[in-house]
Amino acid sequence: MNIHEYQAKQVLKAFGAPVANGVPIFSADEAEAAAKQLPGPLWVVKSQIHAGGRGKGKFKELGPDAKGGVRLAFSIDEVKAHAAEMLGNTLVTAQTGDAGKVVNRLYIEDGADIESELYLSILVDRTVGRPAFVVSTEGGMDIEAVAEETPEKIVTLPIDPDTGVTEADATKLCDALKLEGDARADGMTLFPILYKAFVEKDMALLEVNPLIVMKDGHLRVLDAKVSFDGNALFRHDDIMELRDKTEEDAKEIEASKYDLAYVALDGDIGCMVNGAGLAMATMDIIKLYGAEPANFLDVGGGASKEKVTAAFKIITSDPNVKGILVNIFGGIMRCDVIAEGVVAAVKDVGLKVPLVVRLEGTNVEQGKKIINESGLNVIAADDLDDAAQKIVKAVKGGA
Amino acid sequence: MSILVNKDTKVIVQGLTGKTGTFHTEQALEYYGTKMVAGVHPKKGGETWSSGLDSAAELPIFATVGEAKEATGADASVIYVPPAGAGAAIIEAIDAEVPFIVCITEGIPVADMVKVKRRLEKSNSRLLGPNCPGVLTPEECKIGIMPGSIFKKGSVGVVSRSGTLTYEAVFQTSNAGLGQTTAVGIGGDPVKGTEFIDILEMFLADDETQSIIMIGEIGGSAEEEAAQFLKDEAKKGRSKPMAGFIAGRTAPPGRTMGHAGAVISGGKGGAEDKIEAMESAGIKVSPSPAKLGETLLEVLKG
Repeated sequence: MNIHEYQAKQVLKAFGAPVANGVPIFSADEAEAAAKQLPGPLWVVKSQIHAGGRGKGKFKELGPDAKGGVRLAFSIDEVKAHAAEMLGNTLVTAQTGDAGKVVNRLYIEDGADIESELYLSILVDRTVGRPAFVVSTEGGMDIEAVAEETPEKIVTLPIDPDTGVTEADATKLCDALKLEGDARADGMTLFPILYKAFVEKDMALLEVNPLIVMKDGHLRVLDAKVSFDGNALFRHDDIMELRDKTEEDAKEIEASKYDLAYVALDGDIGCMVNGAGLAMATMDIIKLYGAEPANFLDVGGGASKEKVTAAFKIITSDPNVKGILVNIFGGIMRCDVIAEGVVAAVKDVGLKVPLVVRLEGTNVEQGKKIINESGLNVIAADDLDDAAQKIVKAVKGGA
Repeated sequence: MSILVNKDTKVIVQGLTGKTGTFHTEQALEYYGTKMVAGVHPKKGGETWSSGLDSAAELPIFATVGEAKEATGADASVIYVPPAGAGAAIIEAIDAEVPFIVCITEGIPVADMVKVKRRLEKSNSRLLGPNCPGVLTPEECKIGIMPGSIFKKGSVGVVSRSGTLTYEAVFQTSNAGLGQTTAVGIGGDPVKGTEFIDILEMFLADDETQSIIMIGEIGGSAEEEAAQFLKDEAKKGRSKPMAGFIAGRTAPPGRTMGHAGAVISGGKGGAEDKIEAMESAGIKVSPSPAKLGETLLEVLKG
């Protein structure tokens, strides 16, 4: 689960990390009051969306010469003008896709005098199974580009979960970031704080880009991107409250209610599959035969008839879907349960597009019988290859 | 021969008394009489579990893994405990020195697995999973949730990050007349106990395993590391015919595809890099998940 920058900073501030003072606003009317709470003479007006690249992003509704999604203001009037221009408009960045994201929230922040920009993140390094710091002196830019062009400027330091960040670890990080004086002293305190926040809040990613050294020599978290391990949210009610559903796809929200793993895609063949690997492989084989999948959907191992029905309704609610492929290899999942769910859903919502069903594994005979006796216009497939060819043919033939 | 489990493997079940644990324990007992020997439940020690199937088999329940192991001499434990308690269940099995632990549970917080991993490093136990379908040696032993009916005793070793794609590989090699020595699902989580390399080493060392199918997916670099391992072993004269598949060629970057570990992040973990690495190690990678058996047959015919 992702949260906004201002929320991430609130979380980190509670652990004692140095962040600038700021005020989130939801309408342009609040801009003046927000700016007045900060000392000036420099304010930063930052779009709050769940995507990076905001500074270089452009607003769809404004001209190409208009400023981006993060703007400096040198007076309260300027803060107000920016807020009025930004709120409600659609910001397109390198990470949003062409559709962009509507800016519903702004963060008005106290400006900082920047001496230098650094990069810091914490994530779980899966090769060693431990949280690891990734740091670089090349902050403020796209870290993927740094990794591509100057990989030697990125230092990775895994942390022993039994000890946490030791003094030796913190020293290594200070050295890697070439911190000196006050900044070095700040770093020795900051790194254990960030690690503690990462572990205690079950974060999946904590990225500070940039971490800045200010002209006064101290460190500050200038930007913060935090996402959480969805599997650990059950023990963090406070974090759950930070969820912003307007940032999520409506179909994905609906799917999450039924505990379905669903990802919306751009193609026209809807898929319902059991198992994440097979669901990805089903997308791949659709592409292999020349069509594009409309979604990833894993109904999971222990799906009930209700869950299958819900999954089917989510797929058919996508107007791009011109055909549906149900691909089930029952292990835990019983084919008869899937068949009952599909039949119930079709009877409920109707079927306006071709449907190909491939069933294999546990209770396959009962499953096929239910489909065959349902009287529905279902195209049966013998195996995965056959299923993919049949659905692609049905969709392309109908176009 | 086979790897990891055989007809003598004695298995205890953590989370036996739940619906999932009960169903799969019944299935395991039905599968060539897999030696399921006991269940564990902290509050139901001393009670007895009964199968609902015709065999009406019964298993004793112990309060702790330690007691169950002591009383039965079990070599393995399978875990069906829900996600919030599964990390602690694995650690209990490690502390009881169970040699082989299989965790089926999906959705364990990564932080819990980081703790488990640290504990494993200090122990002699092997963990398979979590978020995996388990392991099955045809006609001998079934630990986990794989459907026994699609297996056939034979010569192919199957290892996969995905459960249902393991079934595809098994089903297709059975239909191709090859059969399996053992099929192992290593699981779809980013932090797990057993990696491809561990299983590949066992398959290379197993005389009956004459060929191998390896199925990976997007995310992480386990496939690349496995490819490097196979190259190094081939230089020592150890190699077997292999076919493979990588799921997620069409997955968009930055999105988690069902499995917690299946995500292309920071430009890393994409399918094409993995396919390239595997092919450079001599694995014939099938573009279609429906042609795993066929591809392996082609490799075997040379």
